Amino acid sequence: MTSTEAAVTIRIDDTDVALSAGSSILDGCRSVGVDTPTICYADNLTPVNACRVCVVELEGSRTLVPACSRPAEDGMVIRTDSERVRHSRRMVLEFLASSVDLGQADELTAWAEHYGADPGRYGADRAVVSEPVRVQDNLYIRDYDRCVLCYKCVEACGEDAQQSFAIAVSGRGFDARISTEFDVELPESACVYCGNCVAVCPTNALQFRTEFDLRAVGEWRPEDQTVTRTVCSYCGVGCNLELHVQDDHIVACTSPHDHDVTWGNLCIKGRFGWGYV
Amino acid sequence: MFGAGGGTSSYQEIEQTDLIVLWGSNAREAHPIFFHHLLRGIENGARMYCVDPRRTASAKFADRWLGIDVGSDVALANGVGREIIAAGLADTDFIRRSTRGFDDYERAVEPYTLDRVSALTGVPVAAISELAHAYATAESAQLLWTLGITEHHNAVDNVLALCNLALLTGHVGRWGSGLVPLRGQNNVQGGGDMGALPDRLPGFQSVADADVRSRFEEVYGRPLDPHPGLHLTLMFEAMARGELRALYVIGENPAESEADIGHARDALAGLDVLVVQDIFLTRTAEMADVVFPASVGWAESEGTVTSSERRVQRVRPAVVPPGEAHHDIDILVDLAHAMGSELGPRRPEAVWDELRQLSPVHRGMSWARLEAEGGLQWPCPDLDHPGSPFLHGWLWEDGLAGREPAPFSVVEHAGPTDVLTTGYPLRLTTGRALDSFNTGVQSGALDSPIRYGDELEVNPDDARDLELDQGERVRVCSARGSVEMHVRHQPDLPRGLTFTTFHFPGLVDTNVLTTDAWDPKSGTAEFKAAAIRIEKLSAHPQGTAGG
Repeated sequence: MTSTEAAVTIRIDDTDVALSAGSSILDGCRSVGVDTPTICYADNLTPVNACRVCVVELEGSRTLVPACSRPAEDGMVIRTDSERVRHSRRMVLEFLASSVDLGQADELTAWAEHYGADPGRYGADRAVVSEPVRVQDNLYIRDYDRCVLCYKCVEACGEDAQQSFAIAVSGRGFDARISTEFDVELPESACVYCGNCVAVCPTNALQFRTEFDLRAVGEWRPEDQTVTRTVCSYCGVGCNLELHVQDDHIVACTSPHDHDVTWGNLCIKGRFGWGYV
Repeated sequence: MFGAGGGTSSYQEIEQTDLIVLWGSNAREAHPIFFHHLLRGIENGARMYCVDPRRTASAKFADRWLGIDVGSDVALANGVGREIIAAGLADTDFIRRSTRGFDDYERAVEPYTLDRVSALTGVPVAAISELAHAYATAESAQLLWTLGITEHHNAVDNVLALCNLALLTGHVGRWGSGLVPLRGQNNVQGGGDMGALPDRLPGFQSVADADVRSRFEEVYGRPLDPHPGLHLTLMFEAMARGELRALYVIGENPAESEADIGHARDALAGLDVLVVQDIFLTRTAEMADVVFPASVGWAESEGTVTSSERRVQRVRPAVVPPGEAHHDIDILVDLAHAMGSELGPRRPEAVWDELRQLSPVHRGMSWARLEAEGGLQWPCPDLDHPGSPFLHGWLWEDGLAGREPAPFSVVEHAGPTDVLTTGYPLRLTTGRALDSFNTGVQSGALDSPIRYGDELEVNPDDARDLELDQGERVRVCSARGSVEMHVRHQPDLPRGLTFTTFHFPGLVDTNVLTTDAWDPKSGTAEFKAAAIRIEKLSAHPQGTAGG
């Protein structure tokens, strides 16, 4: 940022924050260490405003505003921990937790606890997504019982990264699901198995087959895993990889989302092609 | 290009350029993450032209696809050049100040009229003209290619023909404009950087230059041979003549990847000594007298690789090499020691520092900087240098920064060596699929749900004329041999063209068919243009193939 470029100053919970033009309220929150829950937001995707869990109170605004997508404007006065904000976030997390399984979404579970979400109060006979896990190949699985419809996978598959547009949300209300065109099997769809959807999934609804199989036998141990940054062995683009290793075996492969070659994205060979090591 | 062996631009530039010309490259499948950058360029308003015999996955994102006949790239480039000159769109100031040889070039391309080029290439006149005008009038333009340009018997001519277009329009040496060969392997650029070229020492320094040699001799402590060595294709010819008797192969599988594979295997079998250093017991390794099991470069050892944008990046060990596998450096140092010679340090950073001492373009790239800055692009001559996003800025400097002007090259159209005949009426070209890599040594372990195997793709109308059903098994014959393959109808191929990948040599030895004609200037073989015929198995029983 050059000194002539307009900067904005906003007030977050009584602290003044100077930000470069184009920053979001979320950027401001993070710059002053105000921890803010997000589900549908990722720094390598365009915000879709689907989850509403990052909402904050903006003085003069009738409604709560999403911190991730609302640009910071000079003079804004923000409250991130008012009762109204806490209540709204609690309801979002409670509704999600009441209908899908957040058991492998550690961060969301922690936030739900933080805000006192109590999904049990909707009763044992509440509607719950219950579908068989889709285990159709050796690369990744789809467990819709964990899906919160945050749209991240749709965005990564579509215009934010891959431009394959193999998946979208189909159906209405409780029957809304992530689906391929005409609900065909993945190999018949436009899917190219880049796994960029897996990389952005916040709830493990999409997960590496290796992780799924290790979890099935109780051997998935993130605390015992190392992560090593290296460069992909296939073509000459130079994609950075993060190899997740457990017991001297590679169990997953991601890419740093802040590296300017990949921005977190890979192709099928980079993401899944390490089996020969 | 112009003395430095690397692409001139950065990935970021294609996001900000005005025109993208993708020539002989299916980057959507072969370089998928680079294609993300390209798509961002399109999103930002760039137009794209795609020159390829096939209507590839990449071509489907283009504003215009020029479905060129295999092997007629020089004709098309010369035609585009002629049209740019004829339309008065050449950058005459740039040509006068920064280039030489324009008059010869202008004379040479004069016969490449739009009508003649259209006849030679199969591309409509209007499309050739449109590409010429779009390229010449764009504010900035990126010209990119891959093996569709270089796997031909006249590979260097093809590249020079494209370089001519950049010189004609000034589309090189500035931000957003450049010439980019996309590298097919993770460190093919790095291999060149490190001097794995017959006539170069590390840093692209000429082996014939006595001053350069003396600096290396001082560090290495021994005299260096001033004569260029042999490139791969010449090695195989020398082997066939019995002149080259011993071969040390590191991380290559020539027994499956060479064109005209029968010829290559005979040459390997005739050696006195074949040593293979690899992470797999490849088909080549199976033929070897000695095999050194190596560790996996990118996941089991420390080192660097260089990408298509000349960016040097660190690789790091994540897992421990299995069994008796050793690091490449250790194998080489230990072998040299056993032969009574000390190569020096074996710690990767120390080896790298030795390189920095000898290669001016790498000198500023300390191990710590490579770590902290996520890689650096050469040339990076000193520790304060930020690295070079693009090359050849000197073309735009006053007095060319003391350098010689960049030369135009006179190149002429010469079609594929394997000409179509009534006996072999169809063109076969080869390429890579998204989910596979070369001879499948690495990608074979990837259980891809979208893999079809090495099928012979045929235009549906040709298939109808030849009465070939989808999935039918046929015999595919070239003048060199024949293989059996399954037919797949492919509407994205023009009539007369067939296509296959070459990833599954265990199932289909595609390179039995390809020609061993090669480019005398680069040594690359013509994988891209074989003449074939397709025989129905029912009509022609076993034994009638060949020719």
